[in-house]
Amino acid sequence: MSMSEILTLANLDDDVRHWEENEVAAFLKKQKERKEQFFTLGDFPVKRVYTAADVATTPVEDIGLPGRYPFTRGPYPTMYRSRNWTMRQIAGFGTGEDTNKRFKYLIAQGQTGISTDFDMPTLMGYDSDHPMSDGEVGREGVAIDTLADMEALFDGIDLEKISVSMTINPSAWILLAMYIALAEKRGYDLDKLSGTVQADILKEYMAQKEYIYPIAPSVRIVRDCITYCASNMKRYNPINISGYHISEAGSSPLDEVAFTLANLIVYVEEVLKTGMKVDDFAPRLAFFFVCQADFFEEIAKFRAVRRCYAKIMKERFGATNPESMRLRFHCQTAAASLTKPQFMVNVVRTALQALSAVLGGCQSLHTNGFDEAFAIPTEEAMRLALRTQQVIAEESNVTQVIDPVGGSYYVETLTTDYEKRIMDILAEVDARGGTIKLIQEGWFQKRVADFAYETALRKQSGEKPVIGVNSMVEHDEVHEIELHPYDHTTAERQVARTQRIRRERDNAKVDALLDRLVEVAKDESQNIMPVTIELVREGATMGDIVEKLKTIWGVYRETPVF
Amino acid sequence: MSQPIRVLLAKVGLDGHDRGVKVVARTLRDAGMDVIYSGLHRTPEEVVTAAIQEDVDVLGVSLLSGVQLTVFPKIFQLLSERGANDLIVVAGGVMPDEDVVALKELGVREVMLQDTPPNAIVAMLERLVAERGAR
Repeated sequence: MSMSEILTLANLDDDVRHWEENEVAAFLKKQKERKEQFFTLGDFPVKRVYTAADVATTPVEDIGLPGRYPFTRGPYPTMYRSRNWTMRQIAGFGTGEDTNKRFKYLIAQGQTGISTDFDMPTLMGYDSDHPMSDGEVGREGVAIDTLADMEALFDGIDLEKISVSMTINPSAWILLAMYIALAEKRGYDLDKLSGTVQADILKEYMAQKEYIYPIAPSVRIVRDCITYCASNMKRYNPINISGYHISEAGSSPLDEVAFTLANLIVYVEEVLKTGMKVDDFAPRLAFFFVCQADFFEEIAKFRAVRRCYAKIMKERFGATNPESMRLRFHCQTAAASLTKPQFMVNVVRTALQALSAVLGGCQSLHTNGFDEAFAIPTEEAMRLALRTQQVIAEESNVTQVIDPVGGSYYVETLTTDYEKRIMDILAEVDARGGTIKLIQEGWFQKRVADFAYETALRKQSGEKPVIGVNSMVEHDEVHEIELHPYDHTTAERQVARTQRIRRERDNAKVDALLDRLVEVAKDESQNIMPVTIELVREGATMGDIVEKLKTIWGVYRETPVF
Repeated sequence: MSQPIRVLLAKVGLDGHDRGVKVVARTLRDAGMDVIYSGLHRTPEEVVTAAIQEDVDVLGVSLLSGVQLTVFPKIFQLLSERGANDLIVVAGGVMPDEDVVALKELGVREVMLQDTPPNAIVAMLERLVAERGAR
C-alpha cells in the first residue's frame, strides 16, 4: 500500500468517526435504530456502514480476478458471459418410467441438466420388497433396485449430451456402477459422460443421517469412487461434497462451509494414501451448498469458501494445477425456509435466494417449488421454479458482469471475516483430533443441533421474522393447493420388475460375484467399483450387494445428541 | 404438577431428518419433562415396546418422509393389541393438510408441523396430559 493510500484511509477513519458523532448522532436523537446491534442470520455482527478502511486489511490479491487463484471472484475467467449456470431441477418419484417423464418435461421446459432424487429405500440400500421399504417405494424419490430400473430412468435421454447428477450417498457406488453399466451397454464413451454422484458420506453422519456402514469402510468406498472416476471418467465428478444438508439440519452458514471443508480434507487425505497425486483427482471434486435467506451473507459465504478451498489445496495439499484449486459448486435454495402459510410467498423467497447463488457464482442451481412445505413438488411448481432461474438468467442482466458485488465494502469485509472464521474452525478440528474422531464424539452434530434450537427460539420470539408464520399472519387461512399425488400402484409395479430380474438372472454367477465382492471389500488395496459394475450387469440388486457387505462391515448406529 | 410428564420421541422408518425432533426433545427437557429419544430408523414395533416399557405419558413420532399413513395405523394397531390405548400419541413433521385430518381420525391427538413454536408444543402436551387425568 502506498503512503498516499494509507493517508487516505486514515482520513477515512476520521471521516467515519466525524460522521458518527455528527450526522448519525443527531439523527439517532430524532429516530432510534430498530435494534441496538444488527447481525447476519449466521450471527456475524453488522456495522452501520462499511468503507474502504474495512477492506484495507484484505490483500488485493485475495480478492483477485475471476478464474485466477484464489478464485474469490469465480472459478472461470468469463463466468456467465460464456455460459449460464446449469439449470438443474431435481426430480424423482415412482418408478424409473415415472421419473423419466418428469425429466423429459423439464428438458422440454428449458432445463439444461438432470438431477435425480431417489426414494428412501434406494438411499439406504434396501430393495423395494424389503420390509423396511413398506410405504416408502417411489414416494420421496425414484425407486432403483436393478440396472433395469436405471435403463427405464434414462430411456431416450442422451447421456453424452446432458449432465446427470445423482443425489445418493451410502449406496452411491452401486448407482454409479449401474450408470457405468448402462453407459457401456449403450456404447457411450465413459470419458464423455459428465455428471456428479453425491457420495459424500461424512456429512451424512454429521447431518442428513443416511448411512449404512461404519465410518471407515464408508470412507473407503468414497475413496474408490474418486480414484475409479479419476482413471476412467475424466469429465465426471465422483463426489459432491455438501454443506446443503448440514445447513438444512440447522447449522449456521459458517458451520455449513467449514464442516464441508473439514470433510474435503478427509477425502483428499484418503485418496492421497493410495499414491494418487492430488492434481490427478482434485480438478473433479465438486461441491454443493445451500443459499439461505441472508442475501449478502450468502454471497460472502460462497466467495469465502472458494478462497479457502484454493488455499487449502495449494498450501495444505501442494496442488500445482490451478484446476485443483478452483471450487465449483451446485446450489439449492433453502427447503427449510419454505412455509405452509401463504405458500405463494415461497416463490419470492426462492427467487431472492437464487439471486444470491448467482451473484455468488454458482455453477448449477436448483430452485425449490412453492409447494414443498406440503409434499414433493408438482410439475407446475417445478416449472415456475425453473422460470425463476430463467428470469434471472435472461431478463435481469446480472449475468453480464462477473462478480458484480466484488468490491462492495460490506461483502468484501464479510468474505474475509468468513475466511478467517472458516480457517479457525478447521484449525480447531485438527487440534481436537480430526473430523472422524469429532463425528464419533458428536461434536459437529451438537453444534448443528444447538444452532437449530437457537433458530427455533428466534422464530418463536419473532427475532427471526418469517412472513406468514410469525409476522403478517393470516388467521383461518385455508390452503387451496394441488399436491403431487402418490401413485399407490408404484410398489407393485416396482417389485414386479425386481422379482422378474431375480428370476431371470444367473444366480450362480451372481453368488460367485458376491463372494468376490467380499474378498475385494476385505482388501483395502483393491477398488470396489469393477466388481460392483459386474454385479449390477448380471442383475444383482442393490439389496443383494448392501446386505452382503453388512455381513463383514456391520452397520452404523449413532448416539444422538441434542 | 408433581410427576414430570414422560415423553418418548421417536423416528420411524428410513427417514433421517432429525432437526425437528431434536429441537422438540430439547424444548421438552428444558420445560422439565422426562424425555427419551429413540434415535433414527426404528420400527413401529420397537417404538411401541419402548413406550410401554418406559411407561411414558406421550409418544411423539416425527416423520418427514411422507409415510405417516403407513406408520401410524401400525402403531395404533400395536398399542391396541397391547392394551395401551390410553397412551397419548402425537405426530410431528412435514405433511399435507389432508394427512393431518386423516391422522387425527386415526387417533393422533395433535400434529405439530414445521412452524409450531416450541412453547406451543410444551403447552399442548401439558394440556393433553391434564385432560387425560392421573393414571
